[in-house]
Amino acid sequence: MPEILSESFFPKINLQESSNWAKDFVQEVVIPRLPEAVAGHFSVELLAILVMLLCAGIFVAVVPLLPLVLVLAERKVAARFQNRTGPMRVGPWGTLQTLADGIKLIFKEDYIPPQGDKILFMLAPYVIFACSFAVFAAIPFGQNILVSDFNIGIFYIMAISSVIVMGVIMAGWSSNSKWSLLGSLRSAAQIVSYEIPLGLSILTIVMLVGSLSMSQIVASQAGGIFTWLIFRSPFTFLAFFIFFISAIAEVNRTPFDLPEAESEIVAGFHTEYSGMRFALFFIAEYANMFAVSAIAVTLFLGGYEGVLPGYDFLGGLPGFVLKTLGLVFLMMWLRWTLPRLRVDQLMNLCWKYFIPISFFNIFGTGIWGLIFETDDVWSIGISCAIIYIGLISAYAIAGRIFARKPEPQPSSA
Amino acid sequence: MDFTLKTFIFYGFALLTIGSALAVVTLRNIVHTAFALMVTLFGVAGLYVFLQADFLAATQVIVYVGGILVLILFGVMMTSGRLEMRIHIERGQLLLGAGISIALLMLLLTVIANMPVWKNLTDDGRSLEPTTEQIGTMILQEKFLLPFEVVSVLLLVALIGAALISRKEVRD
Repeated sequence: MPEILSESFFPKINLQESSNWAKDFVQEVVIPRLPEAVAGHFSVELLAILVMLLCAGIFVAVVPLLPLVLVLAERKVAARFQNRTGPMRVGPWGTLQTLADGIKLIFKEDYIPPQGDKILFMLAPYVIFACSFAVFAAIPFGQNILVSDFNIGIFYIMAISSVIVMGVIMAGWSSNSKWSLLGSLRSAAQIVSYEIPLGLSILTIVMLVGSLSMSQIVASQAGGIFTWLIFRSPFTFLAFFIFFISAIAEVNRTPFDLPEAESEIVAGFHTEYSGMRFALFFIAEYANMFAVSAIAVTLFLGGYEGVLPGYDFLGGLPGFVLKTLGLVFLMMWLRWTLPRLRVDQLMNLCWKYFIPISFFNIFGTGIWGLIFETDDVWSIGISCAIIYIGLISAYAIAGRIFARKPEPQPSSA
Repeated sequence: MDFTLKTFIFYGFALLTIGSALAVVTLRNIVHTAFALMVTLFGVAGLYVFLQADFLAATQVIVYVGGILVLILFGVMMTSGRLEMRIHIERGQLLLGAGISIALLMLLLTVIANMPVWKNLTDDGRSLEPTTEQIGTMILQEKFLLPFEVVSVLLLVALIGAALISRKEVRD
């Protein structure tokens, strides 16, 4: 079989066209600025790889800085909710506290349980960390601030974030501790269940926009606050809340923090971890929190598009970050306000309420798309009216249901 | 044969896939094999990207890694003692498995060798159309509508069956 060894046996490989931006950048910007004598010795391809690695490096450097800020924010918010001041000693108003904690964690002993599975134990934090990072590749932070404009952006995000479960199971199993195993099983069950309403509410958006690409989803919301997808139809309004609540469950935060419930199973799947490996879990958790908020902003709240069509108010990179941090604050608010759910309540909420409502949403969005073929003043006006009436009636009904009966007065006898 | 970066990445993915697939069949600890299978599935997803099938690649990850593999691990962890999950392979099984794999390899090699020309779809410089839309129209408007509906009914039956099995019987 001489053909096997011939040249045509191996397929030549081309990556997609869009990945060649680095090469263009090198050819047009870098090469002309290099001195003549040097320029000839560099291959464009090699420089393109360097440019891509540099861009990835920026992300790898910036994303761990997010938790640095968010952890402090969480502690300060918690303190405010409990009428305390929070960390105040390190730096002005305690602003350097997380940095000090990080340095402490680096110098801590890296303990690996001798009875556990050493390789998987060491590998697990990296799996979770890498997946949390990979999600950031598809989030558009601004008009041109996007690592890669995938054609399947939001689907890619769903796929990558579903791999985080594997890391959690790996960590829980390899620790050889009952708390870890219980925590990881709980976490896996929760993440796998809540992925369904999450995906279904994303589907309503995809149905309205007609594309999976993140930049096109944002581009369809360019006409000011009333073209944001949350107001586009009453069903997307519902879908936003389902998405956000499911996202809180995905990142294991209170009221859905059963996998890490301190009062029951110590710290869940990362009970046995210490030092820098624990810090990796911690960073991944806060990076995830930021990522899901950013995805919610991109899908429902206009992404980097502003409130008014012609103006940049709440738009661009600052507007995007501001909106995202608003949602992150909402998560913290919920965490320090609500008690934890029980396992059966958690599963009931997902399977008996969220999934049927999400299916209803998809059905409704299909009908909405048939009635209003294009988005105009009428469709948005009707949708906002329905949302307004729905909110008011929900308020009235909830008021009737939860109205507190007057406490029986203690009898004077 | 020109060795570009992409060729290197391609062979990286191919090696990753084959190496981890070997690990899946040779490792004795069943949980280790499950995690090796994760790497294999990732490698296959990477190869799909090289075939310009981006939608398929993401589906591969979301269905196999995020769904089926988690299910396998759940089954393994719930049913056997921790850290003691060894697989015993008998010599007969080993020989049979080796025979079948060699037969399969010969079959695939003949098919590959009889392929007239390996055509590269993007050689003329244009990028391929995104596959998502094509898959959608194929399933919902063209010839695959009936199989699609049949599969959906099948999944519904499985769902109802699962609910029925896991339900506690209420006697009054």
